[in-house]
Amino acid sequence: MIARPQSNLLAATLAEQGTTILSVWSDRLKKSGALASGRIREAELQTQCRTVLDLLTPAVKDGVDAAQPAFAPLRDFLADLSRSRAVQGFTPSETATFVFSLKQPLFEAVSGTKGADPTDVMRTTWDVTQLVDALGLQTIETFQKSREETIIRQQREIAELSTPVVKLWDGVLALPLIGTLDSQRTQVVMENLLESIVSESAEIAIIDITGVPTVDTLTAQHLLKTVSAARLMGADCIISGIRPQIAQTMVHLGVELNVVSKATLADAFALALKRVGRTVVAVKARELPAS
Amino acid sequence: MDRIPILKLGSALLVTIQVDMHDRLATALQEDLTEKIVSARAKGVLIDISALEIVDSFIGRMLDHIAAISRMLDAETVVVGMRPAVAITLVELGLSLSGVKTALNVERGMDLIRRRLIETEAADGAGDE
Amino acid sequence: MAPVTSDRMEVRSSDDVVRVRQQVRARALEVGLSLVDQTKIVTAASELARNMLDYGGGGVATIEVVSDGIRRGLRLVFDDQGPGIADIQLALKDGFTSGGGLGLGLGGAKRLCNEFSIDSKPGEGTRVTCARWK
Repeated sequence: MIARPQSNLLAATLAEQGTTILSVWSDRLKKSGALASGRIREAELQTQCRTVLDLLTPAVKDGVDAAQPAFAPLRDFLADLSRSRAVQGFTPSETATFVFSLKQPLFEAVSGTKGADPTDVMRTTWDVTQLVDALGLQTIETFQKSREETIIRQQREIAELSTPVVKLWDGVLALPLIGTLDSQRTQVVMENLLESIVSESAEIAIIDITGVPTVDTLTAQHLLKTVSAARLMGADCIISGIRPQIAQTMVHLGVELNVVSKATLADAFALALKRVGRTVVAVKARELPAS
Repeated sequence: MDRIPILKLGSALLVTIQVDMHDRLATALQEDLTEKIVSARAKGVLIDISALEIVDSFIGRMLDHIAAISRMLDAETVVVGMRPAVAITLVELGLSLSGVKTALNVERGMDLIRRRLIETEAADGAGDE
Repeated sequence: MAPVTSDRMEVRSSDDVVRVRQQVRARALEVGLSLVDQTKIVTAASELARNMLDYGGGGVATIEVVSDGIRRGLRLVFDDQGPGIADIQLALKDGFTSGGGLGLGLGGAKRLCNEFSIDSKPGEGTRVTCARWK
């Protein structure tokens, strides 16, 4: 879109009727329920409207192409606004409506200019439509981008949260795995476990896969690599909770987990305790404290 | 020429590798260790690699060789303190060091050697009767 | 894809292999690779530099910081004028060696990188290129 240098009617209108436009715009916003959600206060909305107009007024002096450098401060402001609204929980259409609702006050102001050439009014109206549309769309894009960033951050957090290494006893760690293991997640799992082995100086690590629905060849290989790496560091791994179906699939795939494996986490823990020289015994009835 | 110092710790020898190894240093270490195992009548060799930032197949091969030689001289080799990133990389590289024993730190490594000593003594004792 | 920085290092002795390793480590840190990825690329560099020394009679290692606009990475190129490799597939196999090694050098190094390629003509030399991305 090429900027038209003769759009001075818009610039003049904004400069002369700025205050009217602002009050009409914020009234419209209030009537359309912009404050109803309670996520934004009236004063804040008022400030946002004023800032948009303040940034728009100097920008339109040389044209109405929203991609021009003159519009950069306005674009940045709208991007910030869109991003903060995304965080506050506004829908993208609410944010876009905020910008689009500027159209009507601008139309009214432009057409109400005394002594203006009708052709000029018509052209300016079209310019305003294009400009406001471009700015509105930009808020949607920013909104979407910030949502995507949020999703990526959450994915990373889930990956870390879903691989907790817990200490069962001095020198005994457990890693209860839940969900599907892809290779990226397995790498996080592997590094977490090995780091914990060092920090807890653990001799034995139990990898419990009760919560893993399926194990394919690649996952099995990743598990084996983890076990081998732990061995190189001087720790032993026990795998527990292999479901019957997974055992069948793995044998079928020709994957042999050449490591110590136990049916349940409890069995694995008992073995681990034995290895570190501990045992669990039942407390005799008479030794129980009277209750 | 630099040499890596070998310390005697009870019935075991302790080697701490702290420098980036090159060929001559590795060869010298192998020779020194072999002689020291015999002269000190060592029953175990602890190689502390906690300072090493990488172990490539060259160092891996050296560790394997030392383990094989000391085994022939009736001493057990324990590699201690391998870092997690190094362990992951070695596995990916395809090196399993199946001939060497490993431990988390020097203390655990010593325990391992001591336990083996007690076991072999018990076995030898049983054989005499 | 032009390199951001490029270091050219001669590899003629075992000490040079150590120097290549140290330079790769420094550049990997600069690129911002994770500790595990740093360790992998440094180990790969060590394998490939030593291979070049043992089988190619030495050569030149080039360490480049590269960027494709979004990601940054480290690319290593090893050039020698040695005898070359007749059967690259065979040379990449674990356990294959024409010297006295374990035969893990090439195949092992390949597994430590995101990209890996060998260009070789018997009698003219070998070029091994590998890269690790952030």
